Amino acid sequence: MSALDFIPELGHRVRESVPRLGAATRFLVLGLGRPFHRHFSIQQWLRQVYGFGVLSLALMVVAAFFTGMVLGFQGYYALVRFGATSALGTLVALSLLRELGPVLTALLFAGRAGSALTAEIATMKATEQLSAMEMMAVDPLAWVVAPRLWAAVFTVPILCVIFDLVGIFGGYLIAVPVLGVDSGTFWSQMQSNVSFRGDILNGLFKALCFGLVVAWIAAWQGYSAQPTAEGVGNATTRSVVAASLAVLGLDFILTALLFS
Amino acid sequence: MSNRAVDWWVGIFVLLGIAALAVLAFRVGNLSGFQYGQGYILHADFNNVGSLKVRSPVKLGGVTVGEVTGIRIDPKTFQAEVSMRIDPQLKLPVDTGASIYTQGLLGEQYIAIQPGGMPQDLKPGGTITLTQSAVNIDQLIGQMVFSKAEGGSGGSSSGSSANAIPNPPGQ
Repeated sequence: MSALDFIPELGHRVRESVPRLGAATRFLVLGLGRPFHRHFSIQQWLRQVYGFGVLSLALMVVAAFFTGMVLGFQGYYALVRFGATSALGTLVALSLLRELGPVLTALLFAGRAGSALTAEIATMKATEQLSAMEMMAVDPLAWVVAPRLWAAVFTVPILCVIFDLVGIFGGYLIAVPVLGVDSGTFWSQMQSNVSFRGDILNGLFKALCFGLVVAWIAAWQGYSAQPTAEGVGNATTRSVVAASLAVLGLDFILTALLFS
Repeated sequence: MSNRAVDWWVGIFVLLGIAALAVLAFRVGNLSGFQYGQGYILHADFNNVGSLKVRSPVKLGGVTVGEVTGIRIDPKTFQAEVSMRIDPQLKLPVDTGASIYTQGLLGEQYIAIQPGGMPQDLKPGGTITLTQSAVNIDQLIGQMVFSKAEGGSGGSSSGSSANAIPNPPGQ
């Protein structure tokens, strides 16, 4: 065991991860292309939008409300030292629209919908349902994966808009009635400093990217899981961890690109 | 759950999303910038625009009557040419002046216009010739320090205005 052993070890790791990355990318491209396949079902897609979106709504609203209220408090205490509490509306709105809305939506989505998605597909694999579909000449990518990918891409931006709005409302409830910031200043400062394209739409674009990445990682972890009970558990854990880290890393890149 | 119920819930979900986006756009974002969509354009040349930005307000008597739509350098005169869009109901005389002021001590900069008294109005696309540049604090401090050092009466040459508007008394 020499000290130089790490070099072949590294080579081995890279050699192993490259085909996996390639397979995952191929999986994504094929999955996204499947809506034009005859086994793609709009009804399946709607059911996933229902499961990802409608059922996550309560969680998002509660999380957004508390996030907005905390932003209101913390922003106020930071700004009041400089006598700049009139900028509180801008601070709350920009924080939520640019960063917190998309990122927290995506993280919650990875925890609530992504984990379920991985477990579902991994269980299908472990119980050989995916193989059974192939035996019946039903493409599992079109029937199972594509509706879920597209549902996530569609759902996360909508959840993000609702998150933003509820969060700003939460910030307003703390700023105006509780801390006594002037209501007119709160809204007018916000309006004059928030741009629709630059802040709102860019934030939603972020949310869309995050939705795609979370669903991709979750579906791929499920699809490539070991077909055992333990494999399902491992895949679910890895899905949430990898998706959360990917969201945070991608957020940095998107922020650098979109808001520079 | 039946397909019909799923359809309903997804429909409601999508409508909620659209409604939230609309509220964000009009209440939080400034899509209300369309307000001056039919306004007419005026230009003004300044020596120094300070930190004036596109979308900065244009005010008359403290009331916002338009917004800055563009700032560029005129390659011939090397002056900063500011384009602004003005409320179409407002007709300004040709001897109108424009100055760049700051809201409060640290606030944003805006253009204040002072209407003149001539009977002719500025045409859309016209140029305001009487302008006063942004006050450059660094320059003011520099001038003050130098004039003190020379022992002269400080402040006589301070206003770095381009085509000087008659200053209010006391400046």
